[in-house]
Amino acid sequence: MPSNEDRQRAASTRTGWALSAPALLLLGFAASGPLLIVLVYSFLTPGDYGNVVWKFSLDGWRGILFTRDIFDGTLQLADAHLSIFWRSVKLSLLTTAITFAVGFPTAWFIATRSPKSRALWLFLITIPFWTNLLIRTVAINEVIRNEGIINTLLIRIGLIGEPLRIIYTDTAVLIGMAYVYLPLMVLPLFAAIDRFDMKLLEAGYDLYASRWQVLRRVILPIVKPGIVAGSILVFVPSLGAYVTPRVLGGGKNMMIGNFIELQFGAGRNWPLGAALSMTLLIIVTVALLFYVRAANRGSPHG
Amino acid sequence: MAERAFSATRLPGFATIAVVVFLVLYLPIFTLVIFSFNDANSVAIWGGFSLRWYQIAWANDDVKEAAVRSLIIATSAALIATTVATMAALGTTRRAAFKGQTLIYVIINQPLMVPEIVTAVALLIFFGFIKVTTGYQGLGYLIAAHSAFCVPFAYLPIRARLEGMDLSLETAAADLYATPWQTFRKVTLPILLPGIIAGAMLAFVISLDDVVITEFVKSGGQDTLPTYMLGQIRRAVTPDVNAISTALLVLTVLLLTAFFLLTRRRD
Repeated sequence: MPSNEDRQRAASTRTGWALSAPALLLLGFAASGPLLIVLVYSFLTPGDYGNVVWKFSLDGWRGILFTRDIFDGTLQLADAHLSIFWRSVKLSLLTTAITFAVGFPTAWFIATRSPKSRALWLFLITIPFWTNLLIRTVAINEVIRNEGIINTLLIRIGLIGEPLRIIYTDTAVLIGMAYVYLPLMVLPLFAAIDRFDMKLLEAGYDLYASRWQVLRRVILPIVKPGIVAGSILVFVPSLGAYVTPRVLGGGKNMMIGNFIELQFGAGRNWPLGAALSMTLLIIVTVALLFYVRAANRGSPHG
Repeated sequence: MAERAFSATRLPGFATIAVVVFLVLYLPIFTLVIFSFNDANSVAIWGGFSLRWYQIAWANDDVKEAAVRSLIIATSAALIATTVATMAALGTTRRAAFKGQTLIYVIINQPLMVPEIVTAVALLIFFGFIKVTTGYQGLGYLIAAHSAFCVPFAYLPIRARLEGMDLSLETAAADLYATPWQTFRKVTLPILLPGIIAGAMLAFVISLDDVVITEFVKSGGQDTLPTYMLGQIRRAVTPDVNAISTALLVLTVLLLTAFFLLTRRRD
């Protein structure tokens, strides 16, 4: 016979589920559930005018890496696709590296301020974090484009005759992504440095360590969970970026996100677009699992 | 320490880099704001102060409709997301950990983990199917999509507030024969309210800012301010885009400041 306590516990669990149900239903309807449909679509045949024909096919998945020759029907590596993947991975890794290189000193700076001014500096980092990504991309666009601030200034003072062509290049996308995703690196780094016991630094210096040695042997190993978190938080949205490469990269410098959109628009290859989306989702999931593992290992005592 | 002029926490060059980072972070935004008040047609050469780009933007019916649509969607999404998030937060805290709780966390936080473009594509397919089947083309799809991805943003501050509340007040209310509903109405809700408002504001800001999912889910003629801007930039950046951006920016900063004041820890 169940004890009174067991019954109360079961009732509490039921209430927990009941209260969570509306949120779960909403997310199942307009977020998680539709992902399954994407999986199904990746195994179908493209329709002539977009959408799909309900006929099983592996062409969507095959199309990620291979293209079928129009004449003899043999499969060949799709160079155009590979260059888009390579650009996405390269730009995402570079974005992560740049944001870390400038984000770490920034996070350190904020964490070593007096408690009062620290809140203000933190607020200054948080504002761009919550500000519309499109607006920040537009702002960068106006700085770097041909008739933008930098070029106008440089031409006016006579340093250059022709505008520097930055816009619609990979460099422009890189500048833009580093700019918009920087707060995502600084915030977790700050959280890790904030917990760091500064007495360890004095211990290091007392043992005649140089500043470089202290940074490399004491600080970096201890704040590693923050580094991992920041890197994942920057890498994941960079890889799936859509707005920044579209605005700053123009039509030619596509990343995976724009390539996916193309399949649902002019490309009229929904199964390929669905397979690409699933691939992106898998990469992101692997990155997140890696993060969870690293975070668990980094926490003290297991 | 001070007499040796040696600070253990100082690392050479870090402060300089940090100051440069803050300048680089804010200069483009400031330039955008300043040039929205520019009288000249250029977004790079100053031609005197004027509000003409705001007047031009406001006189444009597309902009006005997009602004109204953005506000309708953001308000509805914030209300729906906050309601279900508050319930879920109450359901997942203040009771012994139960089986499946982790699953609930994962589903609720899923929009933070899945790349937006993937969700956008999924909704394009799914809602496209419903649009064809039912014939309904209204704003409901955008509201549903926005409500869903706003849930974690509303949930997290509300849960944080609940976890900081101790149970003794509710126990006291129950001891005084208050029904669970009375306890909730008269005790839990008033204490929780700042967290709920904070969550709602965050959800509102997130909905207002969304580009990618809206771009894929909207039917013809359903532009929001961000998707309208995205369409404009494709042609050429005109200063009225700066004016719209500045207006959105001001709204965001106001809401965020209020959010921080509400969630500030009281020491």
